Amino acid sequence: MTHYEPVIGLEVHAQIHTASKMFCRCPVVEDTGDLEPNTYVCPVCTAMPGTLPVINRRAVELTIMTGLALNCEILPVSRFARKSYFYPDLPKGYQISQHGLPLARDGYLEIDTENGPRRVRIDNVHLEEDTGKLFHVGNVSLVDFNRAGVPLIEIVTKPDMRSAEEVRAFAVKLREILVYLGVNSGDMEKGVMRFEASVSVRPVGSDELMPRHEIKNLNSFRALARAVAYEIEQQIKTLESGGRVTQETMGWDDARGVTYTQRTKEYAHDYRYFPEPDLPPLEVSREWVESLRRQLPELPDARRARFRAEYGLGDFETELLVADRAVADYFETAVGLGKVSPKTLANWITGDLFRLMKETRRGIDEIPVSPEGLVDLIRRVEEGTVNLNTGREILEEMVATGKEARQIIEEKGLAQISDEVALREIIEQVLDQHPAQVEQYLGGKTQVAGWLMGQVMKATRGRANPQLVRSLLTEALEARREAR
Amino acid sequence: MNLYELTIHEARRLLDAGEVSAEELTEAVLARILEVDNDVQAYITLMPEEALEQARAIDAGGGSGAPLRGIPLAVKDVLCTAGVPTTCGSRILENFIPPYDATVVARLRAAGAIIIGKTNTDEFAMGSSTENSAFFPTHNPWDLSRVPGGSSGGSAAAVAAGECLGALGTDTGGSVRQPAALCGVVGLKPTYGRVSRYGLVAFASSLDQVGVLTKDVTDAAIVLGVIAGHDPMDSTSVDAPVPDYTAALTGDIRGMRVGVPKEYFIEGMQPEVEEAVRAAVDQLADLGAEVVEVSLPHTDYALPVYYLIAPAEASANLARYDGVRYGLRVQGTDLEETYKATRGRGFGPEVKRRIMLGTYALSAGYYDAYYLKAQKVRTLIKQDFDRAFEQVDVIVAPTTPTTAFRLGEKVDDPLQMYLSDVFTLSMNLAGICGLSLPCGFDRQGLPIGMQVIGPAFGEETVLRVAYAYEQATEWHKRRCGL
Repeated sequence: MTHYEPVIGLEVHAQIHTASKMFCRCPVVEDTGDLEPNTYVCPVCTAMPGTLPVINRRAVELTIMTGLALNCEILPVSRFARKSYFYPDLPKGYQISQHGLPLARDGYLEIDTENGPRRVRIDNVHLEEDTGKLFHVGNVSLVDFNRAGVPLIEIVTKPDMRSAEEVRAFAVKLREILVYLGVNSGDMEKGVMRFEASVSVRPVGSDELMPRHEIKNLNSFRALARAVAYEIEQQIKTLESGGRVTQETMGWDDARGVTYTQRTKEYAHDYRYFPEPDLPPLEVSREWVESLRRQLPELPDARRARFRAEYGLGDFETELLVADRAVADYFETAVGLGKVSPKTLANWITGDLFRLMKETRRGIDEIPVSPEGLVDLIRRVEEGTVNLNTGREILEEMVATGKEARQIIEEKGLAQISDEVALREIIEQVLDQHPAQVEQYLGGKTQVAGWLMGQVMKATRGRANPQLVRSLLTEALEARREAR
Repeated sequence: MNLYELTIHEARRLLDAGEVSAEELTEAVLARILEVDNDVQAYITLMPEEALEQARAIDAGGGSGAPLRGIPLAVKDVLCTAGVPTTCGSRILENFIPPYDATVVARLRAAGAIIIGKTNTDEFAMGSSTENSAFFPTHNPWDLSRVPGGSSGGSAAAVAAGECLGALGTDTGGSVRQPAALCGVVGLKPTYGRVSRYGLVAFASSLDQVGVLTKDVTDAAIVLGVIAGHDPMDSTSVDAPVPDYTAALTGDIRGMRVGVPKEYFIEGMQPEVEEAVRAAVDQLADLGAEVVEVSLPHTDYALPVYYLIAPAEASANLARYDGVRYGLRVQGTDLEETYKATRGRGFGPEVKRRIMLGTYALSAGYYDAYYLKAQKVRTLIKQDFDRAFEQVDVIVAPTTPTTAFRLGEKVDDPLQMYLSDVFTLSMNLAGICGLSLPCGFDRQGLPIGMQVIGPAFGEETVLRVAYAYEQATEWHKRRCGL
């Protein structure tokens, strides 16, 4: 029986969240779904007659930086081109893209696979513009151009991936890099990243490239991995039953979990690319590239290695912290204050803070707790002003209200009771109320002390300093033994 | 003398001296339009109320010191005017009202000009006679049975007939210079990048340039000075300082070298045109210029190269007219039918012809043989000029092979029509500047145009030579008999 090997390449489109659109001054606004249609538009991005594009410099810079992060060569001269097709969401009847002379090409990204690290080669990284969005209401179609002209970075790989898992690993890692570079938020639900996978299978040992299926518009890692896995399975089935795979463009039906044919090869578009005459060739000087290289942030892999070495963190915590650049930055800011150990901070962040972020569906830069605020709280716990459990409650309150720990402690009177006189008084009361348990203790059942301690904590609503309570309680019980 | 017969610089003097008001001048021009435009049909849209209101504001002291203050000008209807229809001579944009001014229009307004109307054009500036206008043809004021040339025929005719003091046109392959020649006025096509294209409805983006049509060379220098200069909205506009073009008008061309290209005197051209241009060259020599024969060996390829590149760019530029966002929409049963019906009814035959030519030239399998090859030959044509301008300051040639032809004479023969631009296409392909000015009349009393061609950003040199010739001759003083 023949064994088959999948051959998979990816095209990834990612929105670039610059202040303004690719070729005009309209702001780039992340699609939250409740935006009034056609409010972020101008004559340029709606293709009014006579309008002309002007290149967004920042979008070019972020594309070059992505190229550098993906180990690409940056071309000294690149060109924009027109890609022509008719569709109502494409205002000019052509998309300004790059063709032949992209900003960056010939790079790679290393991913971890079950067989060890693998290099996925990058064919090119280029810049283009997004289209508008169509809505179908009954038998009417409406178009919204808020998204039209938003800069898009397109990353095209060589057909170097061999399984759906590898494809997923690549996509996850690429997303991480784009977020680290500040290209976009990485928020897949808002459609800031979209994938197109081209899948073919061939007998193991062959190095031939077989006719492929291009699966369009995959908007999540899950859809991407499922669609690729499905295609692999279908193509193997087709070949095993003696059929042939022909080149086709496929759609993905997420609900049914199947791909379906959109276009066969005969109906393939002829995009009639030609150099965009409205934009002169884009010259990228060595100096510009080098200054962008210096601006590159530490990338996720390097940061992981450093977190393990410098802070002594384990793989798991490191992964949790580094996966989101904002979290890693937050952590490092907190560590940098020099008041709390990295390990303790990692526990607080990946434990309680993550839970609270998840519950309130907010990112770390959206919650009102600053690294300074968190460190201040942890210090209060470590110094014994509040105990650990109270500290966790205070954090919840901080996330909910944006107040500082000190304020919450004062307002709610949560400061730990370390006043020995007061505690002694409470302990005496508790012992008086529970003579049976005191008797058991004095009779040698010393574990009852734990229960009595719980009663003291309850009486102080958890505010008592536990170490102090423990020693004072033992003292009081022993005093009763002597008094007998 | 009637006020509408004034040049811009003459009117400037009278306005500044308070001898004439802007309102009087504007009214004189509007009255002239009422008198002759039924016959000439230069205008698609007139803006009499706005023009008079603006004139009164200027008379009340507005815009003092601005170079075109109170001067009534016309604008070709492919240049966007905020709130005023901009049709491009096409059904597809018949009801289109732009929300913004083209940069050149904004600059005219800022310079105090009074825009009195939008002039007729071949549809999307595709044509050489203004007969491709979807609305009506414009007539040549020197002989109403003849074409004014095109595509800026409306602007050229309006200037020639005194229906404005000057006008803006656009020149993609000769569309300012050729109608200027046929209407006996001055037409200047600046260097590609000298003037912003923002708001110029694109025909062929790498060739289009806004130009000026005026009664004499001085006026051309004045208007160019207003519209030239870098525009951040047009990435192909060049950030080079704008000189005072009128300072170039010295009348002295002694020692300048004038090239005469042998390829521009061809078989089949009207003998009177050749005679007039040769006589003009002699005149330049009399004025102290040194005349040199030069060669532009790739001239024959200009026409085929142009008719690959211009339609290719046009095929993409005109894709936006899909009935979705503005302009004509003819509803079909589905999306594709709507596209077909809208574009089928919205575009005229010449526009369709060029869209098809261009689509073909860019198609997979043909791109290398047509579009790419044409770009390579374009480079050769540009190099011809580079070499020639190593030897000479300007090149002088006929603007057109013939004087104005009859309406209807060439409409059914696109190739014959294309050939009327044979002497003007090369400058657009090379991206350099050229100016046409009157250099005589044929036996039927039709104007003959001579082209003064300069290198990129050589407008001052071109204006200097043209002005010296103009001052030594009387052609520019003749007015049509209307």
